[in-house]
Amino acid sequence: MQRSIVNSYELRNDFPIFRKKINGKDLVYLDNASTTQKPYTVIESITDFYSNYNSNIHRAVYQLAEEATKMYEQSREKIANFINARPEEIIFTRNTTESINLIAHSWARLNLKKDDGVAITEIEHHSNIVPWQILSQEIGTRLEYVGIDENGFLDLEHMIELISSKKIKLVSLSHMSNVLGTIVPIERIIRIAHANGIPVIVDGAQSVPHMPVNVKNMDCDFLVFSAHKMLGPTGVGVLYAKKEYLDKMKPFLGGGDMIKEVFKFHTNYNEVPYKFEAGTPNIADVVGFGAAIEYLEKIGMENIRKHEIYLTDYALESMLSLKYVTIYGPRDPKDRGGVISFNIADIHPHDLATIMNDHGIAIRSGHHCAQVLMQRLDVPATSRASFYIYNTKEEIDKFVNAIKEAGRIFKI
Amino acid sequence: MSDDIYREIILDHYRNPRNKGKLENADVTVHDSNPLCGDEIDIHLKVDGGVISDVKFEGKGCAISQASASMLTELVMGKDLKIVKDLKKEEILENIGLTNLGPARIKCALLSLKVLKVGMVKYYSENDPQSAEQISSESSLY
Repeated sequence: MQRSIVNSYELRNDFPIFRKKINGKDLVYLDNASTTQKPYTVIESITDFYSNYNSNIHRAVYQLAEEATKMYEQSREKIANFINARPEEIIFTRNTTESINLIAHSWARLNLKKDDGVAITEIEHHSNIVPWQILSQEIGTRLEYVGIDENGFLDLEHMIELISSKKIKLVSLSHMSNVLGTIVPIERIIRIAHANGIPVIVDGAQSVPHMPVNVKNMDCDFLVFSAHKMLGPTGVGVLYAKKEYLDKMKPFLGGGDMIKEVFKFHTNYNEVPYKFEAGTPNIADVVGFGAAIEYLEKIGMENIRKHEIYLTDYALESMLSLKYVTIYGPRDPKDRGGVISFNIADIHPHDLATIMNDHGIAIRSGHHCAQVLMQRLDVPATSRASFYIYNTKEEIDKFVNAIKEAGRIFKI
Repeated sequence: MSDDIYREIILDHYRNPRNKGKLENADVTVHDSNPLCGDEIDIHLKVDGGVISDVKFEGKGCAISQASASMLTELVMGKDLKIVKDLKKEEILENIGLTNLGPARIKCALLSLKVLKVGMVKYYSENDPQSAEQISSESSLY
């Protein structure tokens, strides 16, 4: 088994929430695919902003506003640097969902036409399904699904067949499944799509927080992700797009800050990226996101990935030693992120989550905003444990012991 | 704690539900689901002379939702349909022995009661419109 070089025991001291007790037990937080906990540096950077720099950005000329603007734009630079993009290619949104809706509204709606195909996959989160259904209803695009095999791997042949069919004009897919953990061969898919002149949107909500992602190497046209899944605050999402796309895209929302000049009956829009950031943005939380990026970079994304492979490997091995556990998705931790969906005999995931809660353990139960995948797996729901830098081997032991406890209570 | 929730009787009703299945010639059938956790319940009612002469349920979901549906069918079988409007959530929780559930899980326990109440109102509005309005106004959702 690979060793981890991340000292999660020490890291935990940076997170105030781990002082909290649940039912008298230490909190074991295993719902990181949903949202992550925040270190002091992030929480304090937000307090610091409101205490010492609070003012509106981009417009005013007094010192306070200049400082606030600088902090906001420095966050943009940090995030651009983090994924190897240019600052003007980073648009701040509310979350991944809004980023995808922005692309659907400001690019796809204006560049696709009736009967053009949009290819997505069976592992998508609802946020990468519903906007494309809405687009189909509006302009008559056709939604096509690429399936998965019984081990949770993408049906690459079907993807290639679709891309080569000339019917598809856009591919939008998750880099890492939020249910199965499957990491898709994204670079290969993008290469083949580009060879056929098709742009690719990458949903990086699960991958960007957990592994190195480099937009130049990947060569994606769009990448979307959320701050709150990577130690940052809620309410901040990112849309990365190649500048050539952003320059041609129409605004998403109209209003303040996205304009250059406004006349009675027409407006000249501001330049990229401001054209897509109408109204006062979530300044303090963007600043907080910058602090989260700094924290992650200090640990190193390669190390974070290794730590999660180590935890996932250990968890899979422990869980598979129990006969009554069914695990969904790839078996080799190298093919998946630190997300494990599973079921235990006839125990419904909600009942399991209730039992886990007795032990202070937070896991997710339900459809994980991926009902299309649940239908494919032919299960109403699964339980899901997902890891991050602060999770430890001892916590996995507690989690596996709680599974055994559930087995005892349900007399399995 | 969980040992108090998942007692023998809950597990028994979960694994061996009473009155489960479709009811041919039902007078009324109602479906509802809990979007949060995906629990689903259908209740079929046969009513003769104002009395529930047969009741069956179909559903899928957690042990709490399915066991409470099973126990509810036992509770109302053969009773006057009108008593459904007076059933209180506290009674139901007491009947199934789960008085210490958190807010999220209470919804699981009460889904079948909600479906049954909707079924009762639907029966009266289809078969006895005159008393339907009064019954509907007297019946608290829980």
